[in-house]
Amino acid sequence: MLLLIQYTLIFASVLLLVALGGCVSEHSGVINLGLEGIMVMGSLGGALVMRFLPYTATMGGRFGMFFAVLCAAIIFGVVYSCLLAVACINLKADQTIVGTALNMLGTALATVAVKSMNTALNPDDHSSEIKYINAKKAFLTNIGKFELNWFMIVAVILLVVVFVLLYKTKFGLRLRACGEHPQAAASVGINVFKMRWAGVLISGLLGGVGGITYITAGVSTWKFENGVAGFGFLALAVMIFGAWDPFRIAGAALLFGLFRALGNVYNAFDFLKAMNIPSGVYNMLPYIVCLIVLAFTSKKSRAPKAEGIPYDKGMR
Amino acid sequence: MKEKRSLLRNDGFQTFAASVLCIVLGLIVGYLALLIINADGAGKAIMSVIKNFFNKPTSAARLKYFGQTLAKTAPLLLCSLSVLFAYKVGLFNIGAAGQYCLGVALALYLGICKQWPWYLCLICGICAGSISGAVCGILRAYCNVNVVISGIMLNWISLYGTNMLLKPAMDPAGKDTFRLVSKAKQALLPTLGMEKLFNDKYVTIAIPIAILMAIVVWIVLDKTKLGYELKATGNNLNAAKYCGMKENRNIILTMVIAGGLAAMGGALYYLSDFTQWNVNSSSVPGMGFNGIAAAFLGGLNPIGSIFSSFFITHITDGGGYVDLSHYCAQIADFISAVIIYLCGFVLFFKTFLNSRLNKAEERKIEKARALAAAETNKGGKA
Repeated sequence: MLLLIQYTLIFASVLLLVALGGCVSEHSGVINLGLEGIMVMGSLGGALVMRFLPYTATMGGRFGMFFAVLCAAIIFGVVYSCLLAVACINLKADQTIVGTALNMLGTALATVAVKSMNTALNPDDHSSEIKYINAKKAFLTNIGKFELNWFMIVAVILLVVVFVLLYKTKFGLRLRACGEHPQAAASVGINVFKMRWAGVLISGLLGGVGGITYITAGVSTWKFENGVAGFGFLALAVMIFGAWDPFRIAGAALLFGLFRALGNVYNAFDFLKAMNIPSGVYNMLPYIVCLIVLAFTSKKSRAPKAEGIPYDKGMR
Repeated sequence: MKEKRSLLRNDGFQTFAASVLCIVLGLIVGYLALLIINADGAGKAIMSVIKNFFNKPTSAARLKYFGQTLAKTAPLLLCSLSVLFAYKVGLFNIGAAGQYCLGVALALYLGICKQWPWYLCLICGICAGSISGAVCGILRAYCNVNVVISGIMLNWISLYGTNMLLKPAMDPAGKDTFRLVSKAKQALLPTLGMEKLFNDKYVTIAIPIAILMAIVVWIVLDKTKLGYELKATGNNLNAAKYCGMKENRNIILTMVIAGGLAAMGGALYYLSDFTQWNVNSSSVPGMGFNGIAAAFLGGLNPIGSIFSSFFITHITDGGGYVDLSHYCAQIADFISAVIIYLCGFVLFFKTFLNSRLNKAEERKIEKARALAAAETNKGGKA
């Protein structure tokens, strides 16, 4: 049971972080379908730090490692999201195509980078894996049998930060105005391009942190060929289900996290094991639940009105 | 001079030029990546990616591998047609990958476990994809669910469903399904003698069928009332509704057709026995996503798709020829991802080109006017 809670919380943190990223970006008016790719890049940054930074088990060493990993994930995520921002904001490209391209590019780039790095270090090694068994211990704390991943706390902090940023500051109000009616926002002197850039970069930050959280959830090696298994899109579904509202998103993330966690730990429950359902069904579960939930919640969409439409100064 | 300008103005030419530009830039970025990894062999590596089957020493081998490239092009072409068809109606069918899986699932299951003949396998596979497409379409039409999200969810559901369905068809010796040659000869696609032509048994009727479908899609979209209605629905849902078109029916019908096309690709590919399904696969096959690349690279034109699918298969295959002691085959995936990213700019490229042309024209007219004014002035003075 404890294991289920632990997995639920860690998967929920991933979904929460990434969905918040999508939420900020969409409030600024840009649909960020590239979150999956951003997650891959963030996880790559974090994994590289964990692979190469020497780790000492002291408190200072742990904090050092934690912050280095966090920063690397953020930097990789933010830099990568610039590709989306340039294309969608300045060059008015189709946001769906660019997002999809970034997802493919993220996985391909990470695979090429890790493979060539592995091959350069050891000519016989052609795998796309990074191992970080020791370094990962830096941000795991055991409370009784419960294994607390520090990124869970990061997720909660960022949830509050995003909420305050979006709803309690001048910046947030302006950002949201750009997602609802950019021409109106521009007419009162708000720089729509800047606001949208800010939205995309923040989503890059959150997506990057989400990525590194995902690859430290339960495993200690990561094969970059696999990408992040559709989590970026699951997060977008969480965001839609959460009606673009940070706290509702948190609730939705917990629900989806639970179903995702069931797939990992259903063997620990006797009654689930007794039902003898093939593991494929558990793997499908989060996606099926997501579809059903979306079918019932999408009718009345609370999406920002101008999302997905490139900003054109001359348009009314 | 006049002729040249009209060529630059031509939309088809602009699309073509933009695609070529995307390819060239994509290859340059790929080359730069190779340079960063290892500067010594980069030139050779990028050449082997571009050359693909020309890397083979003899002409017979080249022909054989050309045939294999064609065999892989067919499913990609069908996936790209699926994406293209839906995109013309304003829907982004990212679910092509899942529909492709379902086509594979039904075709192989019925072929291996039920020993059905190939045409029935193919038809049932197509139906499976269509049903999946219909789910997407119904959710979009009646529940307002974004097709991208529902498509992705269905991709994963289809993937795990396919794995489960094909468990009984698994060869106990490995993790893959049985080869059709050994277990289900009746399910193999006929080759119509092309096998001898290319000296490769994987060259089957899948290739002409795929090309035929491209032509059919072109005719349906451009030459029929149905195509016109579908495109009108895509352009403006409310206007279409106002004109008395059944907008919900059109959306669902589009997704049914798109799903069927992608599934047909999957079924044809696996019924040619070229490759086997790994029942433990944990990632959605890239074919559907590459279909997106091919559709956009082909300038969203069915005939263009034929060439762009071939090109993408060509460089993906070519990736296998790079020197593996320094580089990896995924460099080709990287290049095609860069190319799609650049395809996002096609519209920008066109607007930019047109505005430049407009400006040039304006300047010319202005000049002519100034000249004329000067002449009249002169005339007045004299």
